[in-house]
Amino acid sequence: MMAETTARPVRAQGGEPVLQCRDLNVHFQTGEGRISAVNGVSFDLHRGQCLGIVGESGSGKSQTFLAILGLLASNGHATGSVVLNGEEILNTSRRKLNAIRGEKMAIVFQDSITGLTPHKRIGEQLCEVLTQHRGMSRSEARSRALEMLELVRIPEPARRFRMYPHEFSGGMRQRVMIAQALLCQPDVLIADEPTTALDVTVQAQILKLFKGLADHTDTALVMITHDLGVVAGLCDEVMVMYAGRAIEQASVDSLFYDPRHPYTRGLLACMPRADRDSESLTAIPGQPPDLSELPPGCAYAPRCPQAFDRCLTERPSLDLAVEGHLKACHLENAP
Amino acid sequence: MLSFISRRLLTAVPTLFVVIAGAFFLMRAAPGGPFDADAQLEPEVIDNLRAAYDLDRPVIEQFVRYMARLARGDFGPSITYADYSVTELLAIGLPVSLKLGGVAILVALAVGCLLGIFAALNRNRWIDYVTMTVAMTGFAVPAFVVAPVLTLIFGLYLKLLPISGWNDGALSNMILPVIALALPQIAILSRLTRGSMLEVMRANYIRTARAKGLPEYKVVASHALKAVSLPLVSYLGPAIAGIMTGSVIIEQIFGLPGMGRYFIQGALNRDYPLVMGTVIVYATAIILLNLLADVIYGYLDPRVRRE
Ligand SMILES: Nc1ncnc2c1ncn2[C@@H]1O[C@H](COP(=O)(O)OP(=O)(O)OP(=O)(O)O)[C@@H](O)[C@H]1O
Ligand SMILES: [Mg+2]
Repeated sequence: MMAETTARPVRAQGGEPVLQCRDLNVHFQTGEGRISAVNGVSFDLHRGQCLGIVGESGSGKSQTFLAILGLLASNGHATGSVVLNGEEILNTSRRKLNAIRGEKMAIVFQDSITGLTPHKRIGEQLCEVLTQHRGMSRSEARSRALEMLELVRIPEPARRFRMYPHEFSGGMRQRVMIAQALLCQPDVLIADEPTTALDVTVQAQILKLFKGLADHTDTALVMITHDLGVVAGLCDEVMVMYAGRAIEQASVDSLFYDPRHPYTRGLLACMPRADRDSESLTAIPGQPPDLSELPPGCAYAPRCPQAFDRCLTERPSLDLAVEGHLKACHLENAP
Repeated sequence: MLSFISRRLLTAVPTLFVVIAGAFFLMRAAPGGPFDADAQLEPEVIDNLRAAYDLDRPVIEQFVRYMARLARGDFGPSITYADYSVTELLAIGLPVSLKLGGVAILVALAVGCLLGIFAALNRNRWIDYVTMTVAMTGFAVPAFVVAPVLTLIFGLYLKLLPISGWNDGALSNMILPVIALALPQIAILSRLTRGSMLEVMRANYIRTARAKGLPEYKVVASHALKAVSLPLVSYLGPAIAGIMTGSVIIEQIFGLPGMGRYFIQGALNRDYPLVMGTVIVYATAIILLNLLADVIYGYLDPRVRRE
């Protein structure tokens, strides 16, 4: 059996992964005790690949990638190993991180509506990324930034360049954030629920943009989302997280057609589908566990319809179910 | 911007009028009059004096005549300082008060902001607690206690600084009054700065700025500072009002020939024109400086900027 800390990349791909994460743990020190937000997460990300991260609210999706970028809140601490282009970057110096952030690895934050500085013009906020990393002149940076704004379908970019964030709608601010993350053509782009604030048509356009990015460039994309439809349309690999752990990792096809973990099956069952009316739309009953005192067994066991004795006492490790498909569950065979 | 300023100046006129009317009638309603102390004067002399200052007329008529005079830019003669017009006295007192108050507010801003940022950067360490406790004490102890204590220590025991007098605004004469005046404002400003700094540095856009790979000094200087200063600018109006009222007491304690002294002398002697003159100057200064604070605020925060 394979220990979860040494979990292999799900699908063998040519070459070194651009981002390699091993046994990542994140905990927060709070007044009420120690919260384990991320527990032993490992994955590989290859060039041009799109990795989807799904899981309920609070499952540690965002904190995983904030930790990788060194952006945890001051009460948070990360352990483990994160290797970007062959170089260890977890808990490295601020100087090294600054050279990576925005240039090699960029992130579109979940709450990007409040993510732009209110008292700086949009143009300045975009251009400073290029002057910082590329040493571009003002006019070079400006034309590149305008290009990016057009790419994310901001109408009249030249006029909007001089505007302040409050003059933009929520959806437009989100698109500015996406443009900002793309400026330096990063090796890794992390998109944390990038389409939640957008209406359906713009959402489709933006997803198309991401899709084009994943298909036609070398940029590796991490797509954090609640929307399994987005994962199906965009991603190559999926990691399902529960209570800070990866409980299933597989290629998209394998995960959708042959889910191995009861939690994943639960998520899939909750997906709205054309052949079901909306009344049967459900959520998995029950609550995720308290992260400050995780149970000794499987964290999902209290909610799992198929749980048995062993699930409550022994934590399942993330093991190979079939080739390229990892699951952390004691159930041997999927029904 | 210009139309914003002119609009604000226009709305200041009724404000000023209410202040003038309030002060005028309150003062007439207070017991006593300007010539009570001059008991040795003949009643006819007093009657003549009262007539000379319009005091024999009904209060409403006095007010109308005063306003008419004021409209011509004339504050009238002082009663206590018989050889001076109120305008002349204000011309003596205003520069002193302006210099004292101006230096005090600048000192308060500089020291308060530095202490606040310092405390915020060392949050929840002993240095933070010490700074904030001292600040709170500085706020709680009133100026009329601080000033004599300072005089006692630096003037009488250590004999380092003069205990009173203006001496044309010499540095050594200014130190103690400025400290006494600035201390409560330093206390408030440092707490405001600390809170504002802590709040802003938690904002999402600060995380965005860091995620762009900007060095921390750029994150703070270019993305945080303007937002950090907003509550300070909002407080500028009250701070200036606090310094002004404080200077009335401080000028008295240190024997400085400023507006505050004329205000108190005027009030004690029921020198109506003198009190009115100082009140009008104080009110105008507060209105103008609040307007200035609003203009600065609009410059810092595009969301409140007006066309
Ligand atoms: N500074 C902090 N102190 C304590 N706990 C924290 C802190 N930041 C995050 N957490 C906790 O870490 C856990 C994981 O949070 P995370 O943001 O990764 O969830 P998520 O999977 O992204 O959820 P969502 O889908 O709602 O964005 C949550 O339970 C959250 O309460
Ligand atoms: Mg999240």
